[in-house]
Amino acid sequence: MQQPNTQSTSELILRETASQTAGPYVHIGLAPSVAGLPARDEEIWNRMAGPEAEGEPIEVVGTVIDGNGDLVRDALIEAWQADAKGVYQPFFDLRNAFNSFGRTATTFEGSSEWSLQTIKPGPVAHASGQPMAPHINLSIFARGVNVHLQTRLYFDDETDANAHCPVLSRIESPTRRQTLIASREAGDGDRVRYRFDIRLQGDGETVFFDF
Amino acid sequence: MHDEKTRFVERDRNWHPPAYAPGYKTSVARSPQQSLVSMQSPSVSEIGGPDFSGLRMGRYDNDLLLNFTQGQALPVGERIIMFGRVIDQFGKPVPNTLVEMWQANAGGRYRHRNDNYLAPLDPNFGGVGRTLTDEQGWYRFRTIKPGPYPWPNDPNSWRPAHIHVSVMGPSISTRLITQMYFEGDPLIPRCPIVNTVNDPDAVETMIGRLDMAHSKPMDCLAYRFDLVVRGRLQTYFENQ
Ligand SMILES: [Fe+3]
Repeated sequence: MQQPNTQSTSELILRETASQTAGPYVHIGLAPSVAGLPARDEEIWNRMAGPEAEGEPIEVVGTVIDGNGDLVRDALIEAWQADAKGVYQPFFDLRNAFNSFGRTATTFEGSSEWSLQTIKPGPVAHASGQPMAPHINLSIFARGVNVHLQTRLYFDDETDANAHCPVLSRIESPTRRQTLIASREAGDGDRVRYRFDIRLQGDGETVFFDF
Repeated sequence: MHDEKTRFVERDRNWHPPAYAPGYKTSVARSPQQSLVSMQSPSVSEIGGPDFSGLRMGRYDNDLLLNFTQGQALPVGERIIMFGRVIDQFGKPVPNTLVEMWQANAGGRYRHRNDNYLAPLDPNFGGVGRTLTDEQGWYRFRTIKPGPYPWPNDPNSWRPAHIHVSVMGPSISTRLITQMYFEGDPLIPRCPIVNTVNDPDAVETMIGRLDMAHSKPMDCLAYRFDLVVRGRLQTYFENQ
């Protein structure tokens, strides 16, 4: 294999714009109807797959919990996943049967669950050539979160694929690895549901990635 | 386009604010205690990202003076143009990328069901905008300058006037949410959220600059705010 000759840092002339928290009113910008604003012609939201999408229709739900064990009710989550064949569909169009990108938010009242209507992703090849187990990339934005947190959701009924996933294997602690596994439960109608609670801090703290 | 050999310049976690920044009290219980797990060799899952050039925008989506009433009436406040370029760390423009923004009205009140600050809502102002950058990475919004507002952190904490800005960039690796502050605002150095950023040079990247050349006489002032996202590193052979 050829060594990549990356550009030298002397060519690196600019620093990234610094991050700031999305704040408690992130919904105005990224989920206007949640804030109480009228929806625009087209909004990016949590229905990533329609009835014509190929693959197994699933619902993914969960909560976001802080270090005190309290619900984080103002979190916005972005999802990015491959289609059922393991291919990303970057070109976002609400007329697509499936989009790789979606957004969701925890609710201000009640159980404060976020949810995504999607299809189960297929395995995606890692740069090493090994397949990565099916997963959904999640980014978490909230008040008090200074740089968004990045994690991956895996599926508990993919025991074998999970055991061989080169990314999951990077996490030494089996206990911590378990924080990335969503659990399958009975859903509404024929749509299977997976539950994935995100713990920002402390007991059972979710694994967050740097990439 | 999203080649397996693509990498992005490593995100400098000391440049960005740390997760735990106790001066900003909400970060205390919302910051992970464990280290981030490094992906080492990013895969297609991290290198790719959504392309929103097919998202159909409304006529006034980038014009906050008009979008809430669909052109029927104007909001109160100092009329401004907020504009700039999205470029990467090598200075390359980032074309056709989604820039979204939201803000309080001129009195410092957000149109959000959870904001109950005593400043009134403006019946003619929503406070949300979005646009795609052009081929050269330029974006532009028309809006009013938001007011500062108090918030419960220290006994008397006030947010400097700011506009929240969200940019996607070419990949989920370049995803960034920040806030634009206004040059010269005396509340900037007093703000616990600004002060989550440790490096004064990093704070400078969040300051919108008054740009008289792009203002419109007898109409509105202009503030320029460039956004720099992570640079794409290319391999030797792709350069041949
Ligand atoms: Fe704000």
